[in-house]
Amino acid sequence: MNALVIAALLLVLLTVSYQVGWSRSRKLADGKDTRLHSRPIYHGALAALFALLPAIVILGLWALFSQSVTNSFILAQLPAEVAQQQPFEVQAAVSRVQAIASGYGVIGEPTPMETAAASAYASFQQLSFLGVIAAAAALGAVGLFWAQRRIAPRLRARTEVEIFVRLALIACSTVAILTTLGIVLSLLSDALRFFSFISPLDFFFGTTWNPRFQSTGSGSAGEYGLLPLLWGTVMISIIAMLVAVPIGLMSAIYLSQYAHARVRSVVKPIIEILAGIPTIVYGFFALVTVGPFLSGLGDVIGINIRATSALTAGVVMGIMIIPFISSLSDDILGQVPRTMRDGSLGLGATQSETIRKVLLPAALPGVVGAVLLAVSRAIGETMIVVLAAGNSPVLRANPAEPTSTVTVSIVNQLTGDADFTSPQSLVAFALGLTLFAMTLLLNVLALYIVRKFREQYE
Amino acid sequence: MTDTVLPGAAAGAQNRERVRKSLTRRHRNETLFRWAGILSIAAALGFVAILFGMILSKGLPSFWQSTVHFEAYFDPELIQGGPRPERADFASPADHQQAVNTWQRAVTMSNWNKIVETGLREAAPDFEIESRDLLELVTSAGRFQLRDIYFADPEVLGQTVPVSILASANTDNWLKGTIDRSQPDERQQLAATTRALADQFEENGTISFDFAWHIFTNVDSRSAPATAGLAGAFMGSLYMMIVVIVLAVPIGVASAVYLEEFAPKNRLTDLIEVNINNLAAVPSIVFGLLGAAVFINYFGLPRSAPLVGGLVLTLMTLPTIIIATRAALRAVPPSLRQAALGLGASHNQTVFHHVLPMTYPGVLTATIIGVAQALGETAPLLLIGMSAFIANIPAGPLDSATALPVQIYLWQGNENRNFFEARTSAAIIVLLGLMLLLNAIAIFLRSRLEKRA
Repeated sequence: MNALVIAALLLVLLTVSYQVGWSRSRKLADGKDTRLHSRPIYHGALAALFALLPAIVILGLWALFSQSVTNSFILAQLPAEVAQQQPFEVQAAVSRVQAIASGYGVIGEPTPMETAAASAYASFQQLSFLGVIAAAAALGAVGLFWAQRRIAPRLRARTEVEIFVRLALIACSTVAILTTLGIVLSLLSDALRFFSFISPLDFFFGTTWNPRFQSTGSGSAGEYGLLPLLWGTVMISIIAMLVAVPIGLMSAIYLSQYAHARVRSVVKPIIEILAGIPTIVYGFFALVTVGPFLSGLGDVIGINIRATSALTAGVVMGIMIIPFISSLSDDILGQVPRTMRDGSLGLGATQSETIRKVLLPAALPGVVGAVLLAVSRAIGETMIVVLAAGNSPVLRANPAEPTSTVTVSIVNQLTGDADFTSPQSLVAFALGLTLFAMTLLLNVLALYIVRKFREQYE
Repeated sequence: MTDTVLPGAAAGAQNRERVRKSLTRRHRNETLFRWAGILSIAAALGFVAILFGMILSKGLPSFWQSTVHFEAYFDPELIQGGPRPERADFASPADHQQAVNTWQRAVTMSNWNKIVETGLREAAPDFEIESRDLLELVTSAGRFQLRDIYFADPEVLGQTVPVSILASANTDNWLKGTIDRSQPDERQQLAATTRALADQFEENGTISFDFAWHIFTNVDSRSAPATAGLAGAFMGSLYMMIVVIVLAVPIGVASAVYLEEFAPKNRLTDLIEVNINNLAAVPSIVFGLLGAAVFINYFGLPRSAPLVGGLVLTLMTLPTIIIATRAALRAVPPSLRQAALGLGASHNQTVFHHVLPMTYPGVLTATIIGVAQALGETAPLLLIGMSAFIANIPAGPLDSATALPVQIYLWQGNENRNFFEARTSAAIIVLLGLMLLLNAIAIFLRSRLEKRA
């Protein structure tokens, strides 16, 4: 209902103001010898902007502040001792009044005080809504009035509209910056709150991960040693790279240097299908197929391999990363100048010698960059390890045993009834910060290497 | 250079011999290298084949589920609540609705299990089986199905109507052999008599494998796993994708246009550029942390809401769209811009009337690729509470909901592994099918748009 009223108001403002700007500017030029600087549509658009922007600002302010205003209004209705209680009790009292006012009712009989507050709140709500709508409409009308007074043949309406468009474009491109800023600030602030419980030394150099279940009143906060998780992450990434780099690199080499164009046009898209499959599907694949297969294989050759282990997760993650490595290496191999290859072949080297001794050394920095990008993707990968790594955060060297990673622990600590105040859930942000820093470092390094490599051959 | 010291024909022959030997070795290496390439490609293709083979072989049977067909007698003695209240008897629609609600409650309290049981016994007259074991045969939601038939048409009272009710998950396991049929009794989920009856029913056609439409129309269910479906998760995903498209496309295209066409080259725009490239590589789970801390904790948006999920996925998809749109803008020939500017168009007019329309195919492809990526994303959604069990279809983007990939995550963790492994694979088939559809649309639209341009 409220949303409909607001939408209708904005729509009416838009149509009326556009029409006013458009028709008035046309009338100026109509049949006379004056020439408008801008076409009527720009005058219309400018008038619409003048009318809509103030209205939208008012509505936006209301959306931001209505909650705190209504809260303080309700508190003012209730006796003073209510406001002196604990914050959550105050909040409960306020929501009780709101529930009574909404007509859905509450548990227990409402006190006369509450009923009175609720009816006051209900009329306040109605009045404030009407007031805001009226204010928005009035400001819109004022804006429109001003805009139409300004309309003149020499008004540079197009330039003004274009400036506004430019500003809107700039605002959109800051979203990306704000996102990064939001990530860094939210991770940092919550991580700092976590470090007020646990010393950073214990976190970064601890060897035991045992956060305990969060239960109010229990004295012990648990142990939060990062090293077991970090080691699990590194081990799984190494296994993934051992699978992905040889297969990905060799298929890229074969497809770009040996394969017939027809084969290439069929095989390349098929391999790239692997990149489009959601990670949860890989996780399920690891759990249902690869894990049992590896553990069966282990039985045959006499090694005890657990079905959910670092090995399972690493192998499947490697499969996921194959197309990533192969398409990046393909690009990079394509950038090595043809003359180098032709020179080597002309001197009598076989094709594989050309590749191994000329192409690959020339492409090495780029390939290293690609592998680093792949590593950063591997350490940030979540669903495969959640399902297939076995979730056992113990420092172990054996890849055939279950393990756990940074990402798994973030998921474990933040799913469930997290209340963002206990170290048990705050630790997720410290882990996230570590993860973010690691991937950022790897990416910056990798992009730097790849760029250097490109410059070399440009 | 020792060989130049040796004079004469003998040295030449020796050299030729050495070259011949090394050539053999080099050609052998060449073959080995080539085979290494072929094997890698075979391995990669093999992984694709195994992955899809596993999913399809496990998931496809799940689309045909054992359904029990029998004659149900709507016994007037058992069904309580009396006749359905007529609208004419009540003063206001509200009173009528209240009376209908009371009636429906009374009807629901009737012994529908007895009706199911009688119907099943009719289908196998000579079979000795305890009531409890008999009812294990069909899904526990069966009684509500009969009740709903009665709600829809109270005329069936006292009549015998042919009905189809899903067999229970355990019966389905037994008949499909997803549980080991040779296991001893104590390892089986169903009593021996129930299993024998299921076999008998399958033989005489009372139980048949029907296409399981309910996978698409039902919501998730814990009490009656056989009826669990994807409708709720699908709607949750749909709302999120709408949010992503509505927000990510305009913002992404606008920032790409600004950065590529308007922005002056300075430190700030360099920073934005580096920042976007890095954002594209930030792990998805970090976006989940951002959503939990900022959208839920700071702005107080509801947990489990598709709106929050959509916002998080929007931030994740933005870099993809920005980067692809910038590439498309860069591919527009500069002559086009120069021609427009030369004819007196303003900078804005040049960009919005001439350059941007050329990039529509690219933007469209990027959007669909971004949406497909967002559709399959799971990890950030777990952190904003979308992994809660939700037993109804969300009516709006602020209702609690789950999403398709999260539903897959929830189902793979279900205790009834025998049944839900297949069901999970079926959900994966649906998800991959949707992604395939999106990509097919992208390819189709792009080829059409490019032809026109």
